[in-house]
Amino acid sequence: MKIMVTIKRVIDYAVKIRVKPDKTGVVTQNVKMSMNPFCEIALEEALRIKESGLASEVIAVSMGPSQSIDTLRTGLAMGADRGIHVEANDSLYPLSVAKILKKLVEIEKPGLLILGKQMIAGLLNWPQGTFASKVVLDKEKQVVTVDREVDDGIETLSLNLPAVITTDLRLNQPRYATLPNIMKAKSKPIKKYTPEELNVEIKSDLEIVEVTEPPKRKSGVIVSSVDELIDKLKNEANVI
Amino acid sequence: MLKFISHFLKSKSNLKSTLSNSRVPISRNFCTTPIRDSIQYDVVIVGAGPAGLSAAIRLKQLCRQNDTDLSVCVLEKGAEVGAHILSGNVFEPRALNELLPQWKQQEAPITTPVSSDKFWFLTKNRAISLPSPFNNEGNYVISLSQLVRWMGAKAEELGVEIYPGFAASEILYDANNKVIGIGTNDMGISKDGSKKENFQRGVEIKGRMTLLSEGCRGSLSEQIMKKYNLREKGGAEHQTYALGIKEVWEIDEEKHQPGAVLHTLGWPLDHKTYGGSFLYHMKDRQIALGLVVALNYQNPFMNPYEEFQKLKHHPAIKPYLEGGTVIQYGARTLNEGGFQSIPYPVFPGGAIIGCSAGFLNVPKIKGTHTAMKSGMLAAEAAFGAVNEGLDMNTYWDALRNSWIWEELYKARNYRPAFKYGLIPGLALSGLEHYILKGRHPITLKHGKPDHEATNAAQLHSPIHYPKPDGILSFDVPTSLHRSNTNHEHDQPPHLRLRDPKIPELTNLPVYAAPESRYCPARVYEYVAAEQNKLKLQINAQNCLHCKACDIKDPKQNIKWTVPEGGGGPGYSVM
Repeated sequence: MKIMVTIKRVIDYAVKIRVKPDKTGVVTQNVKMSMNPFCEIALEEALRIKESGLASEVIAVSMGPSQSIDTLRTGLAMGADRGIHVEANDSLYPLSVAKILKKLVEIEKPGLLILGKQMIAGLLNWPQGTFASKVVLDKEKQVVTVDREVDDGIETLSLNLPAVITTDLRLNQPRYATLPNIMKAKSKPIKKYTPEELNVEIKSDLEIVEVTEPPKRKSGVIVSSVDELIDKLKNEANVI
Repeated sequence: MLKFISHFLKSKSNLKSTLSNSRVPISRNFCTTPIRDSIQYDVVIVGAGPAGLSAAIRLKQLCRQNDTDLSVCVLEKGAEVGAHILSGNVFEPRALNELLPQWKQQEAPITTPVSSDKFWFLTKNRAISLPSPFNNEGNYVISLSQLVRWMGAKAEELGVEIYPGFAASEILYDANNKVIGIGTNDMGISKDGSKKENFQRGVEIKGRMTLLSEGCRGSLSEQIMKKYNLREKGGAEHQTYALGIKEVWEIDEEKHQPGAVLHTLGWPLDHKTYGGSFLYHMKDRQIALGLVVALNYQNPFMNPYEEFQKLKHHPAIKPYLEGGTVIQYGARTLNEGGFQSIPYPVFPGGAIIGCSAGFLNVPKIKGTHTAMKSGMLAAEAAFGAVNEGLDMNTYWDALRNSWIWEELYKARNYRPAFKYGLIPGLALSGLEHYILKGRHPITLKHGKPDHEATNAAQLHSPIHYPKPDGILSFDVPTSLHRSNTNHEHDQPPHLRLRDPKIPELTNLPVYAAPESRYCPARVYEYVAAEQNKLKLQINAQNCLHCKACDIKDPKQNIKWTVPEGGGGPGYSVM
């Protein structure tokens, strides 16, 4: 069984994000980019399943400009067997990503699709377990048991394969890509597609009107009595 | 007892998963520490900075010229090339013109020529214009982090292998005490020393020649210089240092003059403290602003970060910043020892290049061009050594016959003159600059080493620094956030105390804890512990890798070692 994992090149989580002066988006020029931490977790889970003998191959997929190949190489260095790069220089909105992914699934026919965070199951008509904090695969019965982190606690689902799983931070601790593996990853194959070759039209059905910084957090006020607190909650914060 | 057992079992099971990851059959007997992978190269370079990348590029150029090839590996502890690079920077392209003469056509990020050169003496409220001692014609205002990124790409095009995110933590020796390469950090070790789920053993990167280009006060370079007595061998004095604290601002269009260069002396520093500020206009409405403070300051209550915040409120500086925003913040120490402090840079199996040896021209305040040239000269010697069995010591001869030597010799007395105080220093510097030009046999010696220069706290009174206003001046956490610094928090602290009792027994009572003031990242804090005593807390995660603590700690008790690769600041426009 093959496992397909999507990995996305995003602004590194430790970088201080700035909004562009023209408010059309955030500054990405000269900013450090890394693999989305959720994608790292997804890839780690796929690698563990393969290492336990339940899958034959892990395919890493990334969509975006040519620099996405660097992120793919990191995925290959972690242990993915081969990569697929769908070249797209304009922004890809989630529905376009899902449509492209659907085509790739039809070509590669994986038994499991493990993603950081991405909608796709509806288009494939596959069962899905989101916010997974534990994944147990039963290859014989072709069933995967997923523990989901939900607001009330943990929900356990049993999904027939092929299935979609998206990750929660608690799922695993991703491995480091070691230097020898990074060197080996240079010779692992990356297949390139364009959306046109996959017969997917990239139509953006969303338009970004404006991006602004969140309002600066005002400093707190220490009140001197309960009455003052009630007064402020009622008349200033308007919450009671 | 139980804790020991659970640690042992935990590490055993981690070991098992490590072994199965590397596809070693479980049935094989394992030792408690797995053997490291070993990878062999012709030349190993530690640090992807201007010196290291110049050496790498030069090596590959020599290979092409001589129709041969050498494998070159550059290791970089930052998460990407350029992430740990911070510098003023008014760039003199002399070495780059020799290395990559087509840099302009190849679109190097060197596009803003110096357009004006001002020099002010600041008092609390005024700025007195002085004749500029610099000659920056032909130089450019750049972001060194950006230039190094570009150089990294050029190096890779030539076939150099660069691996960011890997920290060289150990030197490897053969049975004859010759350096044969380096070892990278083990990754995935928890704060208490036990192995985590994702433990990965480091690797050995072996080289027939190892070049150390770790920048100022490089951790491995310092080790090597001690081991092979390179300072004595070169007849060198101790190195002296300064701490540079820098911000990049995006300012109002009308206030921006691309290529404008400004240096100041005087306020906020006193007459006993050497240092000054810089304000350089880059492109895209960005300016680089910083304060450099020599680390042989005497008053333990001095806080270089707070002095920098004060500077920004000066009536002559403030107008540039009003209406602007800070994009990045960072700090790094730099060499001020110049000619007198150059160690013998060759050791069995390798050499030291760039600021790790120390080729910064202090009166020019430029070290990039000499660092690059030293990398090129070392590459030429290394090529001869690896390819034809020639002597690596020819690097030392090449240095002494190069323009680096000539330049640093001429500049040798400016900084040492200031040990007599600000006014005598300025007077002597004026004499040197306008009349003597270094053409005389006198070579002034340095004063005390920086860490010995700190007076006991009782000789001074605490300095009151104003609170930050949040618009021009900021608190350390806010600034730190702008350095994009991060480390995996669950790892052993990389700042090691040789004697854990000295902070509370000496630093705090005698010197009033100077580390809580000179560290630009607030790594060192004294917090209330049991019995109302104060205890040192090391917030290693904040570390900017500036090395100030390694230099300035009065008892040299703090040792900076390299943390897990990939951590530290994330500079992109510094």
